[in-house]
Amino acid sequence: MNSYLESTARERLALLFGPDNFAEWLPPAARFVSPHLAQLDAPTAFDDGVVIGRGVLDEKQFFAAAQEGGFMGGAVGEVHGAKLVGLLRRALVERPHAVLLLLETGGVRLHEANAGLIAVSEVMRALLDVRAAGIAVVVLVGGSNGCFGGMGIVARCANAIVMSEQGRLAMSGPEVIETASGVEEFDSRDRGLVWRTTGGKHRYLLGDCDRLVDDSIDAFRSAALELVAAAYDKTIPLTLAALEAEQHMLQDRIDRFGMQTEPMAIWRQLGIADPQAIAMLEADDFMALVSTSTARSH
Amino acid sequence: MDWQTLATQLFPQGHQITASDSFLSGTAMVGDTTVAVIGTTDHTPIGVEIALAQARAVLATVRDFPQRPILILVDTQGQRLRHRDEMLGINSYMAHLGKCIALARQSGHRVIGLVYDQALSGGFITSGLMADDCYALPGTTIRVMGLPAMARITKVPEERLIELAKDNPVFAPGPENYVRMGGLQAIWQGDLSLRLVEALAAADPLDRRSTLGLERGGRKMARPVSDAVAS
Repeated sequence: MNSYLESTARERLALLFGPDNFAEWLPPAARFVSPHLAQLDAPTAFDDGVVIGRGVLDEKQFFAAAQEGGFMGGAVGEVHGAKLVGLLRRALVERPHAVLLLLETGGVRLHEANAGLIAVSEVMRALLDVRAAGIAVVVLVGGSNGCFGGMGIVARCANAIVMSEQGRLAMSGPEVIETASGVEEFDSRDRGLVWRTTGGKHRYLLGDCDRLVDDSIDAFRSAALELVAAAYDKTIPLTLAALEAEQHMLQDRIDRFGMQTEPMAIWRQLGIADPQAIAMLEADDFMALVSTSTARSH
Repeated sequence: MDWQTLATQLFPQGHQITASDSFLSGTAMVGDTTVAVIGTTDHTPIGVEIALAQARAVLATVRDFPQRPILILVDTQGQRLRHRDEMLGINSYMAHLGKCIALARQSGHRVIGLVYDQALSGGFITSGLMADDCYALPGTTIRVMGLPAMARITKVPEERLIELAKDNPVFAPGPENYVRMGGLQAIWQGDLSLRLVEALAAADPLDRRSTLGLERGGRKMARPVSDAVAS
């Protein structure tokens, strides 16, 4: 099996790096369990829903973390967040070639809300410290839970993002918006609208994702390696020039598309002649279509 | 506390801070040092526009006034919950603001966060929590979401959450719990202008929050777990 979507966190890492080529730190046997879930009679996991460690690709050392969407939606609690922070801190010492973050998460774990919120901000700062040290960070999003909440912010702190069409990247989930602002604001049962708003193709067209791939771990691996290589052709750390360019790009996006209410209208504005057809395209055909149109905002 | 009263107490020498569509920006003197002030008011939800306005002000400070300290004033009900903001990629706007604050810190600006009214969830994570150190005023509201909503989503009865919140800071709102967990350095009491002077002197770019959480007993696992991986 090679489907990214259908694999667990450990399967993804095993398939990405090859069997027995990924060394996990704080594995389930080490029993690092959330101290908060038991009091709420919530299930616990011996890895708190995240796998971290290192492996070799192309003869270079990589650090990687994979969130397990099957455990509480991959949500970030105290231990889960601390494992991610520890991985990033270790990267500062051992200096791997790059760090890959396989994110599948609803964001902060509400059962340990305050600790989760602080943890996500610690992950953000630790990730940016890794970039400041000149080490590239690339995010992969292709799990069924998508990448939401604070971790949707973390994803956009990395050097690059690779997504599949099935992967979703956003902040507040459709159900949260529907609960807060009503079904007329965002109908979470309208799967087409949810996909058009948060899915990989829309993120790619807007410029929030750097590569769209088919749902295969081989495709994710090749894209991630290319994006790591491309990141080293630029500047890995944050720079004033890059953030001023990003400021301009994000302002331009509001100026051009801020009046729209439907993602397909944005795609049409970007030069996609038949936005309805986008949903049916495989990743390669989609990339080919986009490359020949004037689409993509940067 | 409203922002004008706050600014008067923080800056007895006067200030040039203005509010425009719930976005605060300007400068003020602290002793003989000019401080850039950036923030929000009216419990405003953080949508793409106001995130970008704050980022623009941070970048202008980094570009034009190297080393000038930055004070981030936090009052927000959280990220704006709209289809439009998600469609435009609000997570990218939030990340951009967070990166701009990080750039300021990495470029040698001392950055202090101050929660003076409300700080919720996504609006807090890319403002006050990205500063060198974050503080709060007494009686402020800081949380991810309210206990009734948390009860609905976690399917744990609200009465149980209220009971648990008495001894476990991870569930309960309020600045005291964020201090115990290390997310806040301290709650400011007394002369706010003196507290700001002290905070600027103590600002440290190192992220000390998991250490503080351990020392204060509010987050006992964060530091040991990250240490177990990193060392």
